Amino acid sequence: MNKNVINELVSLLGKENVLTDKEDKINYSYDATADMPSREPDVIVTPSKKEEIVSLVKLASKHKIPLVTRGSGTNLSGGTIPVDGGIVLSMLKFDKILEVDPANLTATVEPGLVIQRLNEAVATHGLIYPPDPGTVTTATMGGSVSECSGGLRGLKYGVTKDYVMGLEIVMPDGEVIRTGGKTVKNVSGYDLTKLFTGAEGTLGIITEIIVKLIPAPKFRRSMLAVFDNLDKAGKTIADIISNKVIPATLEIMDNVTIRTVENYSKIGLPVEAEAVLVIEVDGMIEAVVLNEFETVKSICSGNGATSVKLAESDADRDAIFAARRAALPALAQVKPTTVLEDATVPRSRIPEMLKALREIAVKYNLQIGTFGHAGDGNLHPTILTDESNKEEMERVHQAVDEIFKVAISLGGTLSGEHGIGMAKSKYMELQFGSAGLNVMKKIKDALDPDNIMNPGKMFWRG
Amino acid sequence: MTIYDSIDEVKDELLKCMKCGNCMEVCPVYLETRKEGSVARGKIRLIDAVLKGDLEYTEGLEERLGLCLTCMACVEKCPCGVKVDKIIFGARAAIVKNRGLHPVKKAIFSVIKRPKLFNLGMKAGSMFQGLAFKKHVSITGAYPRFPFGLDRRRIIPPLAAKPLRNQLPEVIKVPNPVKKAAFFTGCSMNFLYDDAGKDLVNVLKKNNVEVTIPKDQHCCGMPILAHGDAETALEMAKSHIDIFSKLDVEHIITPCGSCGTTFQHHYVEMLKDDPAYADRAVKVAEKIIDISDYIVKVIGIDESKLGTLNMKVTYHDPCHLNRGMGVKDSPRAILKKIPGLTFVEMKNADRCCGSAGSFSLTHYDLSMDIHKNKSKAIKDTGADAVVTGCGACIMQLADGMNRFNMLLPMYHTIQILAKSYEAKDKEKHS
Repeated sequence: MNKNVINELVSLLGKENVLTDKEDKINYSYDATADMPSREPDVIVTPSKKEEIVSLVKLASKHKIPLVTRGSGTNLSGGTIPVDGGIVLSMLKFDKILEVDPANLTATVEPGLVIQRLNEAVATHGLIYPPDPGTVTTATMGGSVSECSGGLRGLKYGVTKDYVMGLEIVMPDGEVIRTGGKTVKNVSGYDLTKLFTGAEGTLGIITEIIVKLIPAPKFRRSMLAVFDNLDKAGKTIADIISNKVIPATLEIMDNVTIRTVENYSKIGLPVEAEAVLVIEVDGMIEAVVLNEFETVKSICSGNGATSVKLAESDADRDAIFAARRAALPALAQVKPTTVLEDATVPRSRIPEMLKALREIAVKYNLQIGTFGHAGDGNLHPTILTDESNKEEMERVHQAVDEIFKVAISLGGTLSGEHGIGMAKSKYMELQFGSAGLNVMKKIKDALDPDNIMNPGKMFWRG
Repeated sequence: MTIYDSIDEVKDELLKCMKCGNCMEVCPVYLETRKEGSVARGKIRLIDAVLKGDLEYTEGLEERLGLCLTCMACVEKCPCGVKVDKIIFGARAAIVKNRGLHPVKKAIFSVIKRPKLFNLGMKAGSMFQGLAFKKHVSITGAYPRFPFGLDRRRIIPPLAAKPLRNQLPEVIKVPNPVKKAAFFTGCSMNFLYDDAGKDLVNVLKKNNVEVTIPKDQHCCGMPILAHGDAETALEMAKSHIDIFSKLDVEHIITPCGSCGTTFQHHYVEMLKDDPAYADRAVKVAEKIIDISDYIVKVIGIDESKLGTLNMKVTYHDPCHLNRGMGVKDSPRAILKKIPGLTFVEMKNADRCCGSAGSFSLTHYDLSMDIHKNKSKAIKDTGADAVVTGCGACIMQLADGMNRFNMLLPMYHTIQILAKSYEAKDKEKHS
């Protein structure tokens, strides 16, 4: 990068907010995604005022320098790797809660705020912000909105896009726009809020977010059901929903995951089981919650669950959820590299997807543990491998190709909640066809003609 | 091969990191700076770059690796079980080997290494401290009058007029002892908090424990090891294994989690390849026990000895006591047993106070930024005293609270127990 650009950045932001040390460049060359190339940016900037972002964007636009917006860098799609170098824009100094509005059930926040801080702030009003990604205690609101993250409560409460009501965005030419607002009903114009939610930083820079809040459920009951057969578990999932119970949490772990978790944390999981389901129902009225709980329990038993463990206390609940939360860490300890996918299928196709994954594991001679959000069809096939083993990585890549093909053929999607980024861009045409993908490209070209916003993401470059 | 011989030995730990970033939730340094280079994931990536030949042993690397409290919060949080402390210690040793030790540190460490000289230096310090440190209204502190590499704003406690080990006999006999234990005083109880050291011995005496306090013991070496001077630390480790392995005792009691962790874990790692020391280091490590664990798990709390203390206290978990030695329940168990005493848990009691030994000297402002959360948590409890189990934490808490105008007294856990014993004696006599 031109030395003059660095000087311009320094005069704009001050020396302490322009990082060019080799060490810093290394530290902003990656994110949480496994098996991705890393690339050092030319410079990292840490502004603290909105006007600085506007000037920065104008500068990048003038010189046509790539601009990669970054929160905590916890995404799982290679979304914040500065693959063309350029400027990494750290948003972490924008970390304020601007307003909590209990009358309108909204909160207005800055993008660098860690999600959990919002949860803590609204809890005092008896409210929650439902999107609940695994990284809730580290990820930022801006990153979460840009990737449209999901989590364990997606089935009943939806995902990030269902809670974003309005945005403020600095566009690639430096213009500032506002989308949406605090009103529940709002059909004026194109829904730009939805367009920028999940845009992965490729269309503009989010500088303010208005989100919807909901009253915190007062009661909850949890259980863990064990099955010796995948179809029985699959039928249980379908039956719960068709019996008009929408659990807040409906999670599944397959046999490989169960064995690994048990080996890792010795919590008494049945290692012979083909599947376990972790189920939680919640609500505002205790009788309703208990009634749903009984319904779910009898569906599990009726479908031949070999055992159903009910949480009688908070400690029991914690133990059940600990088993589910241990899934990824336990799998991650088995091998040096953990390739985590999030292919998603309609929930009725879960047993088929699980069987296909098992066949893929055998075919490519790989260790694949699968767990995930069965209720919303969002599975996490997790390939346990070793990046330094070139031959095995080749098989991993073939297996990943096949996983996506199967997911699409079952009427599913490439990504339920992690985003496309660099990791899945090569499969986009598989899902959308060239016409569908072309519409997206046209949007991108119209809004960011110089392709400075997070280049190399979403669209495959071969 | 140990991590101190070759940085290659941390490779397996580096490989375990999946860069998830969960360490960002708990790293006290990162929570203040919010820069990738100050959190475990970032440091691991830098060391990885060095091993791959993408980065030299630069000043920038040394700076960033200096930004670690070794509080082990990330180690506890890490879903992949990465032993970040091991990586940091190994990397700092490699930096010293490649870049040399800072001359000031070199001079200080060479004195600490030689017990007699260190003793003399600290004694001299105690005579001169009236000159060096201006008095301050706070309970235990004085502002440094001359900046001896210390920040001028910092208050540090007065040095003991006479070190603890010079005040007590080497073996403290009791009639019909039920147990025999050695006492590793650590520097803080020897030179700064000798009253707490005497309380510790008195409590053991009252429980019929025969205590041996080897005169030739010295600094455990943790501050030196933490700065990467593995060579000096190794000499100190060997000397302590020689001293403590020849004693006829069932336990070796430590009053400080950092010293305890050093004996329990670091000596074993440092000496694992040395046939003359490896086995003995393991045996010594097995005897190491924190004083509060010793009271609760070995001799048991004798409630008939406890008198009433009308206090409301909160407890701060020292990092190395909690995550290094795994001791967090015993201090609370002691406090909760004391009649009249109200125990209030503070928010994030296990979050580092920002001291990290000499980190508070080398990074004073950052250390205080980290500390302010601790002072606030203490204030929110409404407690009228703070209890902890580490001298360095007491120093930091005193300095920090002084800055935030909170003049609460601070105690080592054992001092509260001693006070309760004294109260009982008074109850009997009145």
